[in-house]
Amino acid sequence: MNVHVKFFASAADAAGQRERRIGLPEGADVRALLDVLCEEFPRLARLRRQIRVAVNHEYVRESGPLKEGDEVALIPPVSGGIR
Amino acid sequence: MIEVTRHPIDIEAVTRSAYAETSGAVVTFLGTARQDREGKRLILLEYEAYPEMALKQLEQVRQEILTRWPADQVSMVHRFGPIRVGEASIAIAVSCPHRQQAFEACRYAIDRIKEIVPVWKKEVWEDGSEWVETHGEG
Repeated sequence: MNVHVKFFASAADAAGQRERRIGLPEGADVRALLDVLCEEFPRLARLRRQIRVAVNHEYVRESGPLKEGDEVALIPPVSGGIR
Repeated sequence: MIEVTRHPIDIEAVTRSAYAETSGAVVTFLGTARQDREGKRLILLEYEAYPEMALKQLEQVRQEILTRWPADQVSMVHRFGPIRVGEASIAIAVSCPHRQQAFEACRYAIDRIKEIVPVWKKEVWEDGSEWVETHGEG
């Protein structure tokens, strides 16, 4: 299956890109996707513990399932309107 | 009113949108881009957003408020893109029958937004830039 990955803020800097289509084995979960991404982008691996993941605009756990066509976003800590 | 926009926020419009006949109080909160007091001179703040998800999460915050307080209106506008020091990056207006409820609900809104709404802030100085990723106090 293919999923569409979006990188934001420091995660985009670490990956050197903002969007990417990734092929995964059927049944792969969010953790499996992160494993693939962190292997490809070592700088992303350093951020991994701080990054939350959203699938189709909802936060999910690393054990969350993925399916064909999902939009998966890597969400570094958000800073909102004020600090 | 819930918006995520690249344009300057019409603060009056946000406040006005919260007026309600059954409300005795409208509390408006503005988050403004500020100059760091510790030296380095900011040129601007660059906000990045995931707009589709930010809208959805703002709606989530509104629903949470409506279950906790007797709010009539909850308006939230988050701006992104380059924002100059002194300009508002977010405006929130909440109306309730009584002022204490409105203050509490508005406070809840900004705290919750900072937890779940995907908007990021980058400080841009003359000689570099950095993402701000701490969950600090405003």
